[in-house]
Amino acid sequence: MAPKVKLPKPGELAKIEFKTPATDWMDTPVEFKPGTFCWGSKEKDLLTLGLPNPRQWSPADEDWKVPEGWETTILEGMAERLSKYRSFKIFMDICVRCGACADKCHFYIATGDPKNMPVLRAELIRSVYKKYFTKSGKFLGRLAGARELDMDVLKEWWSYFFQCTECRRCSVFCPYGIDQAEVTIIGRELLNLVGLNIDWISGPVANCYMKGNHLGLEPHAIAGNIESMVDDIEDITGIRVNPTFNRKGAEILFITPSGDLLGEPGIQTCMGYLMLFHELGLDYTWSTYASEGGNFGFFTSNDMAKRLNYKIYAEAKRLGVKYIIGGECGHMWRVLNQYMDTWHGPADFLEVPVSPITGTVFENARSTKMIHISEFTADLIKHNKLNLDPTRNDHLKVTFHDSCNPSRGMGLLDEPREIIKAVCNNFYEMPENTIREKTFCCGAGSGLNASENMEQRMRGGFPRANAVKYVQEKHGVNMLANICAVDRAHFPALMDYWNPGVGVTGVTELLANALVMKGEKERTTNLRFEDLPGKGGNE
Amino acid sequence: MDVKFIGIFNEKKSAISSRWLDAMIASYPNDNSGFLMNQKDRFANPVGYTFTIGIEGIIEVLVKGEDFSESVSFLEDIIKVRAIQDFTPAKAMAFVFQLKTIVREELGKEIRQNQIYDALLDFESKIDDLALTAFDIYVKYREQIYELRTDELKRMTFSLLKKANLMSEIPDQEFEHKDQK
Repeated sequence: MAPKVKLPKPGELAKIEFKTPATDWMDTPVEFKPGTFCWGSKEKDLLTLGLPNPRQWSPADEDWKVPEGWETTILEGMAERLSKYRSFKIFMDICVRCGACADKCHFYIATGDPKNMPVLRAELIRSVYKKYFTKSGKFLGRLAGARELDMDVLKEWWSYFFQCTECRRCSVFCPYGIDQAEVTIIGRELLNLVGLNIDWISGPVANCYMKGNHLGLEPHAIAGNIESMVDDIEDITGIRVNPTFNRKGAEILFITPSGDLLGEPGIQTCMGYLMLFHELGLDYTWSTYASEGGNFGFFTSNDMAKRLNYKIYAEAKRLGVKYIIGGECGHMWRVLNQYMDTWHGPADFLEVPVSPITGTVFENARSTKMIHISEFTADLIKHNKLNLDPTRNDHLKVTFHDSCNPSRGMGLLDEPREIIKAVCNNFYEMPENTIREKTFCCGAGSGLNASENMEQRMRGGFPRANAVKYVQEKHGVNMLANICAVDRAHFPALMDYWNPGVGVTGVTELLANALVMKGEKERTTNLRFEDLPGKGGNE
Repeated sequence: MDVKFIGIFNEKKSAISSRWLDAMIASYPNDNSGFLMNQKDRFANPVGYTFTIGIEGIIEVLVKGEDFSESVSFLEDIIKVRAIQDFTPAKAMAFVFQLKTIVREELGKEIRQNQIYDALLDFESKIDDLALTAFDIYVKYREQIYELRTDELKRMTFSLLKKANLMSEIPDQEFEHKDQK
């Protein structure tokens, strides 16, 4: 006889709790469900970086193995940062709970979890600040919104500060300009003081520290990868481009995120850079030492970001270049545009970037001496310096995703659009409240594009995907263009889930497909070896 | 389907839709501020919008009595969202069955008065069909989450494996040749 199984009563499984949770947010500890968090940082990586408390641990375990006296470490760390960063102190004191930010976070929008409201995410840390650093909190405790720092609070910080992508959409709507990204940044710094990071961040940071890039590619691998792209370019165009590496005396140093050197569709964007620079006859060099534009140190601590960023100016100095061009990346540009000059500038040994083709002086980079590939390219197009055949992209209906950091962090809004309009005949904008300064995050920025948190990524990216769906249904959009390596890594999965049939491309890949190079053979395929419209043999 | 039943149903359609939406939103007890229900902008509140449009679409198809395959896309849109949120499978799918209760409660009096129990049973069978389809969809998207992870790994490593001669593509022609055999 089969064992007796206790079946649920009718309606039991479907029974939904209609009441709000019985516990206040302060009394609701975090649950760690697989698929919704990233693995913890590895012992070996923290050892490499000399970061505190290296040990094997898992967020799913009860015991996170934090060191004895961790509370003091965190509180002292907070005190230090409150005195060092005026912004942090102000953000802790100034919020009036108006709620303008509350429904602007993509994680909140997709989950309805109030702790994903930016205001409450900041409150996670503000409540502790109140308890230990304000009189009202010390005396009135919970009445004043203060609470003790304990292990549940620490776990909650870890969960929610690694659920914020530092996209800063909320800060656009905050009447006080509170920058939640900075609160998250400080939160992560504090967590790092007791050895709590995620593997997807500390792994790349350790790689970058030892090998110069997040993927840990050594010089021969970088050169080898680019060589194989050069072979592919020759197959497609009949032209052999000749990139150089670590060449002293070149005019320009080119630095891109290492994601462009490995994996699709990053490599096609990289092929685009190679083709464009060859066509222009640009006197530029790659570096196998400063081989990473991105900076996951930025998601660890200010000191770590500074440490990893150092190599960019150092390499520019060593090679004796005049200025630097950077590839398509997101957070890389927030670091370069807003922090690099403070950390390691002024770069007096470099010159203000001047386009050798158009003579345009990039005044905006007068201080940093580093310009974005999109501003460089848009300037070429404005001056009619490129021979373009946009019909090669006629099979594509393109929309453009503003990556959070270039758009909100440095105001790079129109340049990529100008390029796309020049190289594609079919371009459609997503709705107004989902683009430009108000763009929705891809859902995987700030080091959260690991694969173990796939559900979390699908949630975070839902508002973005929902806007793509709109243009997909209305205009038949089938290609999502962007200027960010994390977008290129994360979007293919997001599109497969939410909007099947929409591909992902870097803007420079679109450009290279339309670029008519001097002396090229008649192209029959694009950079992905797919038949060009009207040119393929298989049609 | 019974004409009388359809008539009664049509009269109460908007009440049924809104109760169904209420029940679905109630599965987000943390949403104290009523954001999912109250924010009507489809881009500012994609979850609420997807549910509202989905519910209306499904009810429209059910009441027309036509092939319910037309409602599959609405069902898909809703389930896609629920499949990646913090729900057990039962809780993610409960909304389909809640429709039964809502319809019985909303139309109970009229059904008794008009003696059209058979029509109600017919209608409930349709909801059962809907539920079975919903299971397929739910599992499909749960499986896809794991596929996305493996696909991503392939995208990241494909060029390396190819370069190391550890992987080679089968040209199209060979494929066609083999297919013909």
